[in-house]
Amino acid sequence: MSTSTHAPAINLHGIWAIYRFEMARALRTLWQSLVTPVITTSLYFVVFGGAIGSKISTVGGVGYGSFIVPGLIMLSLLTQSISNASIGIYFPKFTGTVFELLSAPVSAMEMVVGYVGAAATKSIVLGLIILATAALFVPLQIVHPFAMLAFLVLTSVAFSLFGFIIGVWAKGFEQLSFVPALLITPLTFLGGAFYSIDMLPQPWRTVSLFNPVVYLVSGFRWAFFDKGDVSVGVSLGVTAVFLLACLGVISWIFKTGWRMKN
Amino acid sequence: MDVVLSVAGVSKVYASGQRALEPVNLDIRRGEIFALLGPNGAGKTTLISIICGIVTPSTGTVTVLGHDAQRDFRSARRAIGLVPQELSVDMFETVLATVKFSRRLFGRAPDNAYVEQVLRDLSLWDKRDAKIRELSGGMKRRVLIAKALSHEPDILFLDEPTVGVDVALRRDMWKLVHRLRAKGTTIILTTHYIEEAEEMADRVGVIDKGRIILVEDKAALMKKLGKRRMAITLQTPMAAVPSALEGWSVALDDEGKTLVYTFDSENEHIPILLAKLGELGIGYSDLETHKSSLEDIFVDLVERKDAA
Repeated sequence: MSTSTHAPAINLHGIWAIYRFEMARALRTLWQSLVTPVITTSLYFVVFGGAIGSKISTVGGVGYGSFIVPGLIMLSLLTQSISNASIGIYFPKFTGTVFELLSAPVSAMEMVVGYVGAAATKSIVLGLIILATAALFVPLQIVHPFAMLAFLVLTSVAFSLFGFIIGVWAKGFEQLSFVPALLITPLTFLGGAFYSIDMLPQPWRTVSLFNPVVYLVSGFRWAFFDKGDVSVGVSLGVTAVFLLACLGVISWIFKTGWRMKN
Repeated sequence: MDVVLSVAGVSKVYASGQRALEPVNLDIRRGEIFALLGPNGAGKTTLISIICGIVTPSTGTVTVLGHDAQRDFRSARRAIGLVPQELSVDMFETVLATVKFSRRLFGRAPDNAYVEQVLRDLSLWDKRDAKIRELSGGMKRRVLIAKALSHEPDILFLDEPTVGVDVALRRDMWKLVHRLRAKGTTIILTTHYIEEAEEMADRVGVIDKGRIILVEDKAALMKKLGKRRMAITLQTPMAAVPSALEGWSVALDDEGKTLVYTFDSENEHIPILLAKLGELGIGYSDLETHKSSLEDIFVDLVERKDAA
């Protein structure tokens, strides 16, 4: 039989093609990708920061308007990471163009790097834009800027991975919006995005500790104000465990071909 | 024989329990045009999907240019281009962007000159900046072909390439296929039109109910399969075939009311026969020719196989 040369061990061109394609998709839908979250965030500041926040003096020594910034960024980060990554992989399944991905010399992990990398990039850019928007409304300080960036990146990647799983799992568009709307938004609102869980009466304070988003928001807030509901090490640990769990599920998906191929 | 693609013992049972493919063995030669002929649901697309990595086989191995398609999927898949049956294209992309995307996805560095040539060959260059959703169905199919060719594959799969395709595109497609073959590309196409296999292929494989019934050179197969028949309704019934028609493959049917002439496409002498009947003073009131349909051929092949 004829033989040909071996392909390189990593298909960098393939990863780059997927990444570029996904980024181009975001540029085409720039309005909904970036402008909508910015407007939404501004509204939060008007309502919570301006109207209600003026009645609340400070939380743990931080002005209320500033206090909600990390939580607000987290809220957008989680929902946008999930929605970006899930649509990214769901759409080819829906239109049938997934045949090309499956027949391409692209490994499962390369596909994940392309899709999740693009989704996470968009989330990180979004987070920074919201941060800049917030700076227009309230005085901001970032005590641990590198930790802030680390949490931003880690959370974006972890939830983009989670979104990728949702996209593979979803059999229809309603399932795509199901998880962000019915799981992530409530968990974020109840996860101390707009309050410190110290403000909660028992047993809700303890119950809150079972909400993983509490750890994300707390760690992120620590990076800003050097104060969190839980210690920063625990926050980092929970985020890392979630990220590894998503990676585990994804490798299982590709090993079995679950909902990707027959 | 220079084999570029080898399928060994490949079968597929879907999770639903449906047996789509019985164990199949097939070798494809370098540079040939191979037509996989079979009715709808015979397993053509399943076989192609397994070779291209879209469907996981239940058993068996696929070897592409010496690379195992599962263990060494990168080298195997890089050599293959696939034009699917469905018009699955990204509606919001431009033609040029989607073809460039395909090239990189398959691990090739950008090559604008090559991409331009592919688009020109398919009369798509003028449409390069058009969004794909603005294109007609035929144009979308051209885009799919351009995508499949974008990474310069050694082997090109065309799954039912002319279903729902207009005459102009069909003609262009044949031209393209022959041009590709001249450049050394191996082409495997599936079809349920016998004419298509006849027009295009060097070799033909017939598949039915998940089994490859036969693989043969086209010329030999067409001779075997291309039987035609003409029924001549006689004005006056005859008791026996006139001796003047000895040597002609004619027979009486329908209590002598019909004379049946059997011939194949390479050996057709209808005008001579009719002139002969005129000479003999045999009058007829109707003529009806009949070409074996693919279904007839399958029944024939399966019966022959069962009898053997």
